[in-house]
Amino acid sequence: MSYLTLSITLIFVVIPLLLSKTLNLGLEKDTIIATIRSIIQLLLIGYVLKFVFESESLVYIFLMVTLMIVAATHNAQKKGAAIKGITWKVAVTLVFVEVLTQSILLGFQITPPTAQYIISISGMVIGNSMVLSILFLNRFTAEVESNQEATELILSLGGTPKQAIHKQLIDSIKASMIPTIESQKTVGLVQLPGMMSGQIIAGADPIQAVQFQLLILFLLLTTAAVTSIMLGFLSYPTLFNQRMQLLKN
Amino acid sequence: MTTSYKPAVHFNQVDFSTKAVHIVKGVTGSFPEGKITTLVGPSGAGKTTLLKLCNGLLSPDSGVIYIKGKPIEDYDPIELRRLVGLALQSAPMISGTVYDNLNLPMELRGRKLPETEAVQLVEDVGLDKSFLQRKVSDLSGGQRQKVSIARTLVNKPEILLLDEITSSLDRKSMKEIEELIVHINRKYGTTIIWITHNLQQALEIGDFTWVMMEGEVMESGESSLLENPTNDKVKRFVKGEEK
Repeated sequence: MSYLTLSITLIFVVIPLLLSKTLNLGLEKDTIIATIRSIIQLLLIGYVLKFVFESESLVYIFLMVTLMIVAATHNAQKKGAAIKGITWKVAVTLVFVEVLTQSILLGFQITPPTAQYIISISGMVIGNSMVLSILFLNRFTAEVESNQEATELILSLGGTPKQAIHKQLIDSIKASMIPTIESQKTVGLVQLPGMMSGQIIAGADPIQAVQFQLLILFLLLTTAAVTSIMLGFLSYPTLFNQRMQLLKN
Repeated sequence: MTTSYKPAVHFNQVDFSTKAVHIVKGVTGSFPEGKITTLVGPSGAGKTTLLKLCNGLLSPDSGVIYIKGKPIEDYDPIELRRLVGLALQSAPMISGTVYDNLNLPMELRGRKLPETEAVQLVEDVGLDKSFLQRKVSDLSGGQRQKVSIARTLVNKPEILLLDEITSSLDRKSMKEIEELIVHINRKYGTTIIWITHNLQQALEIGDFTWVMMEGEVMESGESSLLENPTNDKVKRFVKGEEK
């Protein structure tokens, strides 16, 4: 695609701008900022990736993945501000998910140990893990807040903090995983995943594109389960003190 | 409170604050063992906080609470909460049957409540044994409150804390619960600490009464004090001039 053709695609930005202006939605400024940011960020990352892929240096791969984890942690931790030490809890979860998935992929030689594969797949894994973290933290903090009486009931009957928070924890883990599972049920029927579509547009064999997409989908199932469960079990103890009292904010 | 009774719970200069509010201010006094003590006072006086301090759902900022002569912090929290039971106004239930709720304290210990004990408990609180298989969502307010009390009794608490358990009930259910509490007190010798907004109830049921206002104990003693209070603020409260 030439830059001229790419510039014509800006028509897809003009349409929402006109709609926003006509209907007084007040979204023009945000739309323009989002467009400019996406152009700059994607072009920048395009050049960075080109440089890293060509260098094939482990140091650059490590730096790229670290940068992704730092940015994802920064974004996700905002949703769990009420939980003590949430930043490192999210960071540890993301690092664990990344190490686990890459170990399986590289250990079983499912994907080659090249920057092209490691960075692309890491982006999908860490991005998905970040979204899962946000979904989990949003739900969990709301569950804890609205079920304080139920939590204190279990504590007052002689339950442990884990027993007192168990239902809220399980509900939050399930709720955060449901979008991943549900979207996989309709994949290929309702939606063609972005990565697969991209590969097909770029001229790849559709069957091979499907195989890679399946790999990613399975990977994201593990990502979803490990992220929610690990973050949940790291988070709940900090809601209580040593006297097994629910800490309120 | 100056009594010759052995205290089940004793507060010594107890303070408790949240980040914004000083809720309990230098409270000192005892709740006599085996007696019913009512806690009365306007909303926001710190009564519920005082109950939560008694069973360790909260800890004081300063001062010491003694439970059966032992400082509260020397108890294991779980052991303490089984010794000092708490029943709430809202009578929160877990979904399922009455039996599921009665079984909850045992389930938390990894055990199961024997059927015979469950029957004994529902009958103790004035319900028929057929209630055991009833869904809690089908119970009336008074029945829920009875189940809540029975559930607290599963742990065989020596001290029972009641937080406005009759305030949302009709007159008939209220009387049934009052009789039930007196029955538990007489049968098991359980020490009862009962928050109520109903001064007549405090006078009739309570052996002793604490009047709390703005986090302080304004007056305490035998419940008859409500008929002739000495403190001006308490006088206004009893007359209904201070809510």
